[in-house]
Amino acid sequence: MNIYVCAKQVPDTETKIELADGKTVDESAVKKWIVNPYDEYAVEEAVQLKEKLGDDAQVIVVCLGPEKAAEAIRTTLAMGADRALHIVCDEYLDHHLIATALAGAIKNDGEYSVIFMGKQAIDDDSYQVHLRLAHLLGASGVTSVIDFEYGPEAVQVAREIDEGAQEKIELRLPVVLAVTRGINTPRYPPLPSIMKAKKKEIKKLTPADVGISEITNNEEIVGLALPTEKAAGKVVEGEAAETVPELVNFLSNEAKVL
Amino acid sequence: MSSLGVYIELKEGKVKKTNLELLTLVHQNGQSATAIMFADDAGGYVEELGAYGVEQIIQITGLEGPNSYPEVRSGQLAEIIKEQGLSDFIGTHSAHGKDLLPRVAARLGAPLATDCIGVDFEQGVATKPMYAGKVIAQVKLTGRHRLYTMRPNTITPEKAAAGTTPKIKTVAATAGTPLSQIKEIVKGVAGRIDLTEAQIIVSGGRGMKDKENFKLLEEMADCLGAAVGASRAVGQTGKTVNPVLYIACGISGAIQHFAGMKTSKVIVAINKDPEAPIFKKADFGIVGDLFKVLPVLTEELKKVMKGD
Ligand SMILES: Cc1cc2nc3c(=O)[nH]c(=O)nc-3n(C[C@H](O)[C@H](O)[C@H](O)COP(=O)(O)OP(=O)(O)OC[C@H]3O[C@@H](n4cnc5c(N)ncnc54)[C@H](O)[C@@H]3O)c2cc1C
Ligand SMILES: Nc1ncnc2c1ncn2[C@@H]1O[C@H](COP(=O)(O)O)[C@@H](O)[C@H]1O
Repeated sequence: MNIYVCAKQVPDTETKIELADGKTVDESAVKKWIVNPYDEYAVEEAVQLKEKLGDDAQVIVVCLGPEKAAEAIRTTLAMGADRALHIVCDEYLDHHLIATALAGAIKNDGEYSVIFMGKQAIDDDSYQVHLRLAHLLGASGVTSVIDFEYGPEAVQVAREIDEGAQEKIELRLPVVLAVTRGINTPRYPPLPSIMKAKKKEIKKLTPADVGISEITNNEEIVGLALPTEKAAGKVVEGEAAETVPELVNFLSNEAKVL
Repeated sequence: MSSLGVYIELKEGKVKKTNLELLTLVHQNGQSATAIMFADDAGGYVEELGAYGVEQIIQITGLEGPNSYPEVRSGQLAEIIKEQGLSDFIGTHSAHGKDLLPRVAARLGAPLATDCIGVDFEQGVATKPMYAGKVIAQVKLTGRHRLYTMRPNTITPEKAAAGTTPKIKTVAATAGTPLSQIKEIVKGVAGRIDLTEAQIIVSGGRGMKDKENFKLLEEMADCLGAAVGASRAVGQTGKTVNPVLYIACGISGAIQHFAGMKTSKVIVAINKDPEAPIFKKADFGIVGDLFKVLPVLTEELKKVMKGD
């Protein structure tokens, strides 16, 4: 059985974002690139499923991104994925095209039944490629998955909804599962796994290979700006009996938020 | 006829406040909306939606209730958008909206801008935070249909200058093939307000030392009608929140945390370390031991909230 995972490379969460111009992020100023944190949960969940299902299951990572994204792919291979498909693409693709490319890569590769993804990529914070992919593959789809149980016909999941509530859902295979934090604790690959990962196959594909012959984006970033930092506020120190009334006065009379 | 659709979410039979925010955005853009909802009898909503300038209500019957069969629902919405020739369609960036709109966009092959904090419908340009709010982007959408989800609490609901009496059009849901089935909905803690839609949040970090001590925050939250949050639960890999007031107790203010709450209108920090980075971001800070400050603060707030 093929278990697919879609994983994206993103700037580390510590990164202070700088702009190259009014439309683009200065990627050369990003010191560290990582596997999108939610996609790490996806890889971990996929590897755990493989471990449960035994030897005829394999985990295949699919990543669309520039050459340097290979580094993130190596991390997922060290975590236990078996091989990877790397759609090498430097150009901006909108979410419809990203989903189209991922769907094309998966369809060309083989049978699919379970596809893990993250609930959102922490660079564009978009929360949509997963459900687009589900539609394109004719699969069922669910996001914010916090608990997962496999079955050969259908899977059982718990999904986080608003107000701390959860939906327990049964979904038919094939299924796209976009996972969220809390579903598992991603493993730190030990050195031997990292060494072994260097020998695993990363198949490079072009956008044309996966069905994107022409790039026509319907979403385009026309402006980027850093948010205006507000001026530092007032900080008081002393006994609670003095500082608290000052705070309450600020809240009710200056900020008027009570 | 207007060509702008607004997805109305019902909660326990009521129109959610976030939907009034969407309708306000629409009339502030000088447009009028077609409200689309899953309801068996939308008659009771005519007055409220009319006050916000809604021109037409489309009720889809047969699917009221929890968001079951999202594949079927999204198919229905996509059909209506096509049939009515709606150029724009907007919903809330809530669990429900986030589940439906990407599916609708996929069916239409249409662009979608999520978690927007502003939309210029005429230009088709959405304003949305990226990199957890470290950057604010302008995203231009093109094509026959353009979709958006809007971050809650961004706009203050305001009725339209001229009220309307919207007509109701009924569309019976046609059975599609459901691919999933909700078996059960497990409620969160009773009375707990959702973080992403909360107006006031009191949040505790590692400085709280122990889960037990969150009682201190809960008591203050009850008095303010606030939600209780925590570091890690809020932030880049936690939830993005947008309250009017965020009170951070024993939270240092890591970049990942700040990313999720920086758009809070007023930030208050209580921390014993005067060097804690959170003070650089706070509108008001108290340097002190939270175990001493919180009880006094709750008492003072009780007095104020009672109107003394
Ligand atoms: C990939 C990644 C993603 C992450 N995502 C998130 C995220 O989404 N959200 C998030 O919050 N973090 C996230 N983090 C973690 C983040 O880097 C910080 O570690 C975390 O926010 C720290 O939480 P804290 O402020 O509660 O704890 P600390 O940094 O330990 O701060 C505790 C504070 O409490 C104060 N304190 C202690 N005792 C008292 C007292 N008695 N009275 C008053 N003050 C007291 C201390 O002075 C200190 O400032 C992420 C990290 C990584 C690597
Ligand atoms: N370029 C990409 N390559 C591989 N997977 C991706 C890519 N972009 C998005 N995804 C997947 O889609 C999920 C949601 O992304 P987004 O809709 O961009 O927030 C991510 O967590 C990934 O699993």
